[in-house]
Amino acid sequence: MTIDALRDTLSARALPAPDHASVHYWQRAAEGKLVLQRCVTCGDYQFYPRALCASCAGETEWVDASGRGTLYTFTVIRQNRSPAFKDLSPYAVGIIELEEGVRMMSNIVDCDVDRLEVGMALEVLLLKAADDVGLPFWRPAGG
Amino acid sequence: MGARDAVIVGIGLSDYPVAPELDAMDHHALALRRALADCGLEKSDIDGYACAGTAMQVDDAATMAEYLRIDHRWVDGTSVGGSSFEFHVQHAAAAIEAGLCDVVLVTYGSDLLSRMGRLLGTSTFSSGSGRVRGSAQYESPWGNVLAGSYAMAARRHMHEFGTTPEQLAEIAVGVREFAGLNPLAQYRDPITVDDVLNSRLIADPLHKLDCCVISDGGGAFIMTTRERSRDLAKPPVYVLGAAAAETHWSISQMPDFTTTAGAKCGPEAFRRAGVRPEDVDTIQIYDSFTITVLMLLEDMGFCQKGDGGRFVETGVLRRGGRQPMNTDGGGLSACHPGMRGIFLINEAVRQLRGDGGEAQVPGCEVAVACGSGGFLSCIGTVVLGKEGRS
Repeated sequence: MTIDALRDTLSARALPAPDHASVHYWQRAAEGKLVLQRCVTCGDYQFYPRALCASCAGETEWVDASGRGTLYTFTVIRQNRSPAFKDLSPYAVGIIELEEGVRMMSNIVDCDVDRLEVGMALEVLLLKAADDVGLPFWRPAGG
Repeated sequence: MGARDAVIVGIGLSDYPVAPELDAMDHHALALRRALADCGLEKSDIDGYACAGTAMQVDDAATMAEYLRIDHRWVDGTSVGGSSFEFHVQHAAAAIEAGLCDVVLVTYGSDLLSRMGRLLGTSTFSSGSGRVRGSAQYESPWGNVLAGSYAMAARRHMHEFGTTPEQLAEIAVGVREFAGLNPLAQYRDPITVDDVLNSRLIADPLHKLDCCVISDGGGAFIMTTRERSRDLAKPPVYVLGAAAAETHWSISQMPDFTTTAGAKCGPEAFRRAGVRPEDVDTIQIYDSFTITVLMLLEDMGFCQKGDGGRFVETGVLRRGGRQPMNTDGGGLSACHPGMRGIFLINEAVRQLRGDGGEAQVPGCEVAVACGSGGFLSCIGTVVLGKEGRS
């Protein structure tokens, strides 16, 4: 999926309804910045955002993520009859392990699905999907 | 052995795999009626009830207890996906042994195929209309499908351990052989490893024949005390050990994509039962996808982590093998109405009673039922025996 083709799909996707824990995350992503929660007590990063540190129940703070990661695992979706995706197949859904150690799901874009490999280096690409929501996509690093 | 040891005395399935004349409530009711007839208990004997409701149909435990008019003094609505019924066995056994109730009914019913068609595995859960709340908001934008979650586990297992598509296919081939013996199974014609590999890719590396069927169906079972079972129609099946655990709900939160919570609850169930995996005569395991089976086998301790592919290739799980698996044809070939865990309990009991017909495992004395709910998320392991704990 090219970046331009991708932009056309954003509004049709099932977008998040930001809640207390996630509103800042989605808002900063809309502004082009990937942020993560880090515990002020134990220092653990976590994703997704929560009202507490899931490790020690401590308070969390927002920190900028490096935007770099590797591909932990992935699949290529060959069939999805949902309206937003039915014409996009095949496309890649993957789990990205961020430099900070947390993982998230996203699409791996700007890369032929036959060239995907577990462990490949990725960088984030933030695209604005709505005023209050940006979506972090990932593509091959240095691409 | 104690007088209040928990036993399963009645089982029943509704009609499957295709039953357009039944809705979800009909499946619950039919399975209940058949389970009562199986053991000879009266409906009024039931004083405990468990049921796993879903958002897709209104059959939560409180609603269903009203609908079926169950006068319960113990109720459990634990709903963790397909393994809910293995969780119910754990909870009900503890309740029965503690004296909170004497006769527990568990029911399940689904008209998934007739009502919704075959889209569950290849559609995005959220339809795309409206915003998505809760933990699903971190996955819904990406167009993952149910099969894709399991595919990502399979990919990681292949990466770490060299597991092959051929090894996964062997699981589907073996289960299909048993489906051939079940007149009700949705698909009965024999298949080969090549058939699986030549079926179309749904979500790489999983092919169509790596995925379970979608069907209608329902089931029920009735538990009571060893003492109460004496004058009933069928010999009791003993709950030797039951354990349950969770590692995550959403697939993207899975801590290690090659290991499920079965690594916790499998060994715990065996320890409570006082048996080892090699003592098990038949394995009834949740086969939503071939990779589900492979990982649960490893996690329960039937082989080492990473050796699942080589283990299934030995043929040990096949008809005539040392530990035949999914002797009713499983979710891969017989039926999968959405939450299949209740069928695992039914089939394990059928085998331990010696009622397996052509699929009967000779000398079957110990069976294990292992359910997976969610996205390899919530695992329940139940060890059942023809004889009680010594």
